[in-house]
Amino acid sequence: MTSTLSSPPRRQTRPSAPRPAASTPRPTFRQRLNRWDVRYSPYFYVAPFFILFGLIGLFPLVYTFVVSLNDWNLLTGPGDWVGFDNFASELTDHLFWNSVFNTFSIFFLSAIPQLIAATVIAAVLDQNLRAKTFWRVSVILPYVVTPVAVTLIFSNMFGEKYGLINNILESLHIPGIMWKTETLPSHLAIATMVNWRWTGYNALILLAAMQAVPRDIHESAAIDGAGAVRRFFSITIPSIRPTFIFVVITATIGGLQIFTEPKLFNAASSIPGGPQRQYQTTVLYLWDLAFNRQSFGKAAAVAWILFVIIVLIGLINFAITRSISGAEAKAISRRKQRRLAQVRQREMDAAAGTITEGGVE
Amino acid sequence: MTAQTLTPPAKTPAGAAPSAPKRHRRGGWGIERRPGWFSYTLVAVFFIAGAYPLYWSFIMGSRDNTALTQTWPPLLPGGQFWKNVAEVFDTVDFWKALGNSIIVAVVISASVIFFSTLAGYAFAKLRFRGREGLMVFVIATLAVPTQLGIIPMFMVMKQFGWTGTLGAVIIPTLVTAFGVFFMRQYLVDVIPDELIEAARIDGASMFRTFWHVGVPAARPAMGILGLFTFMTAWTDYLWPLLVVPQNPTLQVALSQLQSARYVDYSIVLAGAILATLPLLVVLVLAGKQLVSGIMAGAVKG
Repeated sequence: MTSTLSSPPRRQTRPSAPRPAASTPRPTFRQRLNRWDVRYSPYFYVAPFFILFGLIGLFPLVYTFVVSLNDWNLLTGPGDWVGFDNFASELTDHLFWNSVFNTFSIFFLSAIPQLIAATVIAAVLDQNLRAKTFWRVSVILPYVVTPVAVTLIFSNMFGEKYGLINNILESLHIPGIMWKTETLPSHLAIATMVNWRWTGYNALILLAAMQAVPRDIHESAAIDGAGAVRRFFSITIPSIRPTFIFVVITATIGGLQIFTEPKLFNAASSIPGGPQRQYQTTVLYLWDLAFNRQSFGKAAAVAWILFVIIVLIGLINFAITRSISGAEAKAISRRKQRRLAQVRQREMDAAAGTITEGGVE
Repeated sequence: MTAQTLTPPAKTPAGAAPSAPKRHRRGGWGIERRPGWFSYTLVAVFFIAGAYPLYWSFIMGSRDNTALTQTWPPLLPGGQFWKNVAEVFDTVDFWKALGNSIIVAVVISASVIFFSTLAGYAFAKLRFRGREGLMVFVIATLAVPTQLGIIPMFMVMKQFGWTGTLGAVIIPTLVTAFGVFFMRQYLVDVIPDELIEAARIDGASMFRTFWHVGVPAARPAMGILGLFTFMTAWTDYLWPLLVVPQNPTLQVALSQLQSARYVDYSIVLAGAILATLPLLVVLVLAGKQLVSGIMAGAVKG
């Protein structure tokens, strides 16, 4: 029950603001004012978000579509109406598909190892480590380094001539790798930057999910003789699945828009994304198209195609989550569920106890 | 911190601090034992993998260019860090860029905190027609890649003659869907409805109630939201690069180090370390808050 339910007349007995003129004149006005306050204030509170989203989220998306239907140039402005020609020409342009390939390649190279590593680290942090806070803070050390700094650092480490990694490889008599020239090595290098910065962050999110698993389940499994590894695969992994999917979705939305790392990876290249566009991602391609080649119309079409791809992948992720969790629910035995319910009930009772003790801050 | 106790723990991985003591109070059946050396090795390796690139950059940034050509990297920093830093200052207007970044990040954080708290409070605690629908809309917008709207945004900024001004960087992120969602999740449990009702009965206007009941209760979450908004604004690169290349933020200036005609990598790396220092200070001072913020962000709606 919120305050808005209390009736205005009752509040009338206590004048709201202790202003001097408040006592006698125009009670009806104040009453009306109060009612307006109650009725419309919430809308004023949420309005800034919606107005701004309209201006910087919705309007640009719609307007991007309008631009994409024109032969629009950065310098000369709107040109002829060309219908879906921009979409058609982009969808048949091998440079566009090259960028899509690069984006997905980098995305998979970063997402998969990253999630595995994050899960392992989270499981380790979920244990009763000494200096727990230190370890937790230490895993997000790379997260506070900005992507630009990360790229400058790793771009040097992956240098082809004097980079740290090639130096070490050569001293081990392994020929150096052309990190900035060849396609797959460049993708690996960029994926490394992404992984370096985000693994610890995602590990903490997964850790939060792991800590939400009631300890009693672990305890009873331990009594039943399940070892740490068995408990990890049979209890921890299934319970963190929703959070895992959440992490996958956020990683997808971010990963498909990767820009900074490929943009700054090789400063010597005049074309963003490598001389042969070996690691030109789609957002970088969009950038190149719009601001170097001045074709706003085509760039807008690319933006829309990418938008649709991201939304589609989000929906597919969602559908997969749904079906997995559905199958999972069936797989869990009734006994397990009953046990879980008992645990939850106990936790709820405990929580209720805390509330009555705790009171208001 | 009533938030954590109000909701069933299974759904609330909110913060390490509140849940951690609970699990240790209970007796364990072997699962609360201190983990073995293997676990420590693993986290230590992970820590070194995270810290070494930074340390290496510091070493390289404190020596001259020849250090980069050595087969095995030197293990200790040299004495040229400040000399390289001075070169950084000569190449780009570092202080101005730093000032710009601070202005941008502070204004954005303050605005996001205020408007998100206001909207989050309304969604969590006030009743109004269409509340559920609007909230679903907010959550849906979380998945909208707004970065893809840069073309019309750039056109608008250019039209208004805002390119080159910090306003062009600030305005697009004055309030975020994540902020609204985050504050709503926090406030829905943390403020007892009775408290709001009491304030209303005492004659406080809606806004006064928000200010004197909502805001104090929201303070911890506001801190965390501010921290993350600051970080996001600080790290942003694509948009500032587009609208303020001549009046750069720190990230843009940093990237310009690399595109100078003659690139001296010791200087680039010294710059990277220099630009990272403020955030390292944040990590040392507020690392715990960052951790619990990330963990609280995992709460699902």
